[in-house]
Amino acid sequence: MSVPLAQVQLRDRSGDTGCVSNNGFCPDWIADNYQRYQDPLIEHIVLTLISVAIGFAIAFSLALLAHRRRWLAGPIVQVTGILYTLPSLAVFFLLLPLTGRGRTTAVIALVSYTLLIIFRNVRTGLDNVPAETRDAARGVGLTDRQLLWRVELPLALPEIMAGLRIATTTTVGLATLAFFAGAGGLGGEIFADVNFKSNVVVAGGLCVLLAAALDLLILLAQRLATPWARAAR
Amino acid sequence: MTQPPASDKASTPDAAAGLEFREATKAYPGQGQPAVDRLSLSVPAGEICVLVGPSGCGKTTAMRMVNRMIDLTSGDILIDGRSVKERGPAELRREIGYAIQQIGLFPHITVSENIATVPKLLGWKPDRIRDRVDELLELVSLDPTETRDRYPAQLSGGQRQRIGVARALAADPPLMLMDEPFGAIDPINRERLQNEFLRLQSEIRKTIVFVTHDIDEAIKMGDRIAILKKGGVLAQFAPPAELLMFPADKFVEDFVGADRALKRLALQRVRDVDLWTAPVVRVGEAVAEVRAKLADSDLRYPLLVDAEQRPLGWLSEEALRGERVQEVLRSPAEPLLDLDDVLRDALSDLLQHETQYGPVVDANGRVAGVLSVEILGQALQVEPEAVPSGADLATRS
Repeated sequence: MSVPLAQVQLRDRSGDTGCVSNNGFCPDWIADNYQRYQDPLIEHIVLTLISVAIGFAIAFSLALLAHRRRWLAGPIVQVTGILYTLPSLAVFFLLLPLTGRGRTTAVIALVSYTLLIIFRNVRTGLDNVPAETRDAARGVGLTDRQLLWRVELPLALPEIMAGLRIATTTTVGLATLAFFAGAGGLGGEIFADVNFKSNVVVAGGLCVLLAAALDLLILLAQRLATPWARAAR
Repeated sequence: MTQPPASDKASTPDAAAGLEFREATKAYPGQGQPAVDRLSLSVPAGEICVLVGPSGCGKTTAMRMVNRMIDLTSGDILIDGRSVKERGPAELRREIGYAIQQIGLFPHITVSENIATVPKLLGWKPDRIRDRVDELLELVSLDPTETRDRYPAQLSGGQRQRIGVARALAADPPLMLMDEPFGAIDPINRERLQNEFLRLQSEIRKTIVFVTHDIDEAIKMGDRIAILKKGGVLAQFAPPAELLMFPADKFVEDFVGADRALKRLALQRVRDVDLWTAPVVRVGEAVAEVRAKLADSDLRYPLLVDAEQRPLGWLSEEALRGERVQEVLRSPAEPLLDLDDVLRDALSDLLQHETQYGPVVDANGRVAGVLSVEILGQALQVEPEAVPSGADLATRS
């Protein structure tokens, strides 16, 4: 197979000496070169956010559909389950002839990984709404739609947000492979000079930091959105 | 029969609704016996109708058909003469208060938002909702400023139950459905909530369908009791006293229990029966007068009282030896019964003190008469129409 999956450009470090030529961990080099990671980082963030947002929209809609028509839940879990287990590199390969190199291909692959996680969590959240709460809501005269938007979804919010957190951190990690599909991101930097410790530490470290930051951000949003959850004694 | 209270700022009653079951039936496919079988009964406006029976008798199903949480298979249910089948379920339910054992408060919104649920659905203005919430909190004996902004998880079980009742009452519905509303509360608090609710009902005078499996609660809460048996068949529909005196069949007799005479005594208070006149005397009174009092009395011994007419004890023969009464007691004035005691408790007191009779005092501790086991026996002979229901009992105290 001779399809050029990615164009890895080995970086030129010929002028360097000492720590750098020994592929070591060099704080000085990092301080001089950190700017080169800025654009890949932004690419990485955009890639992650787009993928999670689309994934959430699809999985959330599917979960609401399965909430109404329960027989749909099984088939949806099966299909999203298969998508979840496909190796991402293989997906990039398979998509190349269809969507070509670039962001679209990467996003399609990344979205397909978030579906199962988010779908399952939304479903679990909705299923965990206490039966008596549902009964009381219907009993005082809420319509099915009002029940869903005013009672069930707010109560499912902690689990929905938990799903979103897992999906986001997973996507940040998987997006490092997006450069194989030509979508850039921090993965490109890592593979550009995989032997050089300083490079791997900075690019990899940014991924970890990004995942942690997004995770914290969602957690914060969840806290703000569910003041009642902390009221329980 | 009973007039709503003339002025009641808490809730100008929206006139309670009459409720009628007409051959109401619920049958589930694949099940031989229907859950509710041609149930016919009518509840006058402003009364509490208790549906009671063993588990599987269809009492909850019968209640849930009223607001269409369960749809009728055949027959009809009419609220103020109008069939529930004509109404959209959601719209119908907003006009019917709904309180269940598990309460089902919404955990994610505050107490005031919980109570405001139905008014909001009905599109009330925020000002009106706010006032109504505070009014209801006071009505169920909770402090508005303290409770309003809390979440359900921050309240005790009893408080949550009160909020549940307040939410059911929020839009001033003419009809309320209550499914074992006090079932999950400990016995002491349950009794308190029952009494509180009966007092509340005496103000708001709603028509209430109350489901319970507990015959004691049924007798206490009901103006009328419908006893259902397996298969959703109505065994008897009658006021509590009638049920206890004239059970329609063996099933009802067993269900109300072997102690139905005692249960009937729980429906009357000491003040409801004709007491014996107490031969009261004071120290220093002329013995000749005392003897005359005793001759008129059903009692053999005089009751010594103090200057305030408070009982001190029963005098012995020795006390009457001289010309003037002396303070020689043969027994203390025990048990001391209260005009507000229910007869069952009074009987229990007498039995515990191994005595046939005991002095009765009023709220100020003054002697009002003497209650004896004989009087209690007579109280059981009274026609059921003359015996108040538990709901009446709570109202009058």
